[in-house]
Amino acid sequence: MGFLDTLLGRTKPVQPKLDDLFALPSAAVTLDAGAGFKPTGSGSVCFRPVEGRSFADVQKDVQELLDLSSGKEGGLPVEVTKDSYGFNWLVSSRMSDELDALVTDLHAVNTSLVDNGFGPQLLCTLVAFTDDQERRLGLIYLYKRGTFYPFAPLSGERRDNALELQVKGVIGSDLKFEPDLSRWFPVWGAPGL
Amino acid sequence: MAARTRYAPDRGLTVRMTATMFLLGLVFVAFVAAIIAIGAAYHASSAAIVLFAVVLGGGFAIGSLFYSDKIALRTAGAVEVGPNDSPDARRIHGIVDRLCALADMKKPRIAIADTRLPNAFATGRNADHAVLCVTTGLLRSNLDDAELEGVIAHEMSHVAHKDVQVMTAASFLAIIAALLIRIAFYGELFGGGRGRGGNNQNTAIIMFALMAVSIVVYAVSFLLIRMLSRYRELAADRSGALLTGQPSALKSALIKVSTDMARIPTQDLRAAEPLNAFFFAPAMKLNAKASLSTVFSTHPSLERRLAELDKVQQQLGRTAGPGR
Repeated sequence: MGFLDTLLGRTKPVQPKLDDLFALPSAAVTLDAGAGFKPTGSGSVCFRPVEGRSFADVQKDVQELLDLSSGKEGGLPVEVTKDSYGFNWLVSSRMSDELDALVTDLHAVNTSLVDNGFGPQLLCTLVAFTDDQERRLGLIYLYKRGTFYPFAPLSGERRDNALELQVKGVIGSDLKFEPDLSRWFPVWGAPGL
Repeated sequence: MAARTRYAPDRGLTVRMTATMFLLGLVFVAFVAAIIAIGAAYHASSAAIVLFAVVLGGGFAIGSLFYSDKIALRTAGAVEVGPNDSPDARRIHGIVDRLCALADMKKPRIAIADTRLPNAFATGRNADHAVLCVTTGLLRSNLDDAELEGVIAHEMSHVAHKDVQVMTAASFLAIIAALLIRIAFYGELFGGGRGRGGNNQNTAIIMFALMAVSIVVYAVSFLLIRMLSRYRELAADRSGALLTGQPSALKSALIKVSTDMARIPTQDLRAAEPLNAFFFAPAMKLNAKASLSTVFSTHPSLERRLAELDKVQQQLGRTAGPGR
């Protein structure tokens, strides 16, 4: 924020950074090789809905677009859930080996929102992973930072910090990781995880 | 490539805020000119007194800026909380985490003040030392999650706009003027008794002139600072509503908090008054003399705030267009 903006008390909404999301499929290979975590095929985009007709229309269009593309290939329809913080999660479920298609789905959501001027509403995207011991791991992409961080929930709203740091060690060089640990915020009960 | 945006700055607000700050600057220049004129007219130097006031006032302003977080938390009786300290703390941390990620801001520290007054404030000299404080009254009030989030987004906008720094800088002039009034007053009181002939009379006149100028400057800058504070509140409402995308939630929160505030016993209110400038909604009871109270108040009227949020609502609801 510039000096003039400070003086005049205004904040311009932050536009999302989208490109780094495409590094995910190759990092997933490293993650499997290094830590034994495989994608579950589920991924979601979390965004802040805006009140009014305009945003509702855009969201409906995105949903129809994704349903159309996944329906052709016999996939599941996308799901929209609202969390307790008032954010919407658009969940796309693919086969576990279709990570490329999943990322394309997620990117379709991003571009639709950005094209309609709702880019600042994008919060994060989450791609779910799991290992042989059924441990859950989410890789979260922060749109405004263009960075990733891991989130490993345990039962009772606790985090497996050791696993998260292990994951950072394995794929930290493949993905742009969020260096500020205070921004690794938990997303309890995130759909698809 | 510039991304498509629905954001448009509020020109009216920008113009009014610029004008207010310009007037404050003008008062400052006039103040300096008057002091120089007084010194020149009586062939005496009032520089020492003025320098003393500037140093003392500057020290006071910098000190209060530096310790703003500690002072405000102490005054409000607030305690800093971590995300796992209580269900309330967890709720606020969750909301703040998400808003920070949405706005790409550094997360402020979170504090809870145990008071029945439903309110919130943010303070701290910069983003690294920012503290966001909510009262238990706000958490126990009938606000739902979206409304509570609206209140928190408003406070986070204050942090993003660096309102503590801006208001401290704006108050600097008033602090110096207030100090000069006091110095001149005591100067008159004690300077008169010493009896050193002609020089004595001269000192008395200088002191009197200094006091008169300072009183005028203090009064004018006080009004301007209050005006600036009201514009900063409107700006924070706007940015907060744009951030959450839900101006209506902020509107209903404002209505609920304002009506709740009117029901709180007066004794509580007086205790909370020094913190008014930081609050989400003012803790003072506004009486029937609306015209006068709007000039002196730190916050715009409820109607004004609701009207400004209506604009944001229209802006967000428009069908997609280029950035205007």
